[in-house]
Amino acid sequence: MTDVVQLWVYLSTTPLFGLTATLVVYLLVHAAHERLGRPTWANPVLWSVLVLGSLLLATRTPYPRYFAGAQFVHVLLGPAVVALAWPLWQRRAELRRRGVALLLASLIGGTAAAASAVALGWAFGLPDEVLRSLAPKSVTAPVAMGIAERLGGVPALTAVLTAVTGMVGALSARALLNTLRIHDWPVRGFALGTASHGIGAARALQVHADAGAYAGLALGLQAILASLLMPLVFRWWA
Amino acid sequence: MTALRGLAILLLLQATGEALARALALTMPGPVIGLLLLLPALQWPLLRAPVAAITELLLGHLSLLFVPVAVGAVTQLGLLSRYGVQLLVVITLSTWIGIAVTALALRLLLKGHDD
Repeated sequence: MTDVVQLWVYLSTTPLFGLTATLVVYLLVHAAHERLGRPTWANPVLWSVLVLGSLLLATRTPYPRYFAGAQFVHVLLGPAVVALAWPLWQRRAELRRRGVALLLASLIGGTAAAASAVALGWAFGLPDEVLRSLAPKSVTAPVAMGIAERLGGVPALTAVLTAVTGMVGALSARALLNTLRIHDWPVRGFALGTASHGIGAARALQVHADAGAYAGLALGLQAILASLLMPLVFRWWA
Repeated sequence: MTALRGLAILLLLQATGEALARALALTMPGPVIGLLLLLPALQWPLLRAPVAAITELLLGHLSLLFVPVAVGAVTQLGLLSRYGVQLLVVITLSTWIGIAVTALALRLLLKGHDD
């Protein structure tokens, strides 16, 4: 028994633990998500975080020790953001044809999402650092975390708020857009991608190919616009 | 090999983006500058196959990549338990507002544009 404890003590202090736990838990959660038919409530990010977070709390593993291993996954976020250029490039024909309208809609919609979040949060009396973590929540998570850092928010909090935002959008967009009588697939997809980034885009793609393509486009535009404008607005506001 | 070359291209562009952000004191994150640099660079056919290969891998598992930071929520349990309900209400309402405003704006803009 003591041997097992000592082995655990040894393993949990090496970077191997954080890296292995992240990959194994993600793969298990992902497999469950697939088997259940990819329901939005079974979102792999949220459940991976719940399982890994519980694991850390149960084993009293400090977060920095976990991150020492998990950072090897984390560093790939940078190149992944650069890679968002590829889906934009593939849809360059759409961008050329409707670019101005799409950029404007992205700007207006993204502003509405961020401003209403900050305003409502302020009305509910949320503390300043939470508001700063909340502002970029409609942007795709890797970029949102970078923005939150620049705004003086907490990137980890932003990551969770972003995942919840994606799920809320993916779960409710159909009813909301039907109520508004918006039936055009590109418009529906673009709205979902703007307000609910990758999780929304994945949902849009399940429903209709055009909706999915425009949601992907919206995600990329939102990442560019938000990272350009949000730090400027907050510098002026703070 | 193709995917590895793609990864090298992405890392080089990210590094260039980080360097530009530092040097010019830009507010934009380095990787987003890298994205903006890659977009016109894709005109060059030589880059396309490697970038396509690595993109499939990275964007196909984008969710995995932000798990490590999101697990950091365990360090924010105080905030989350104290403001959890308010946060959920704020997120739900602002996401609906975001979807509705984007959809209505785009419909209006395309009406003027496509006719």
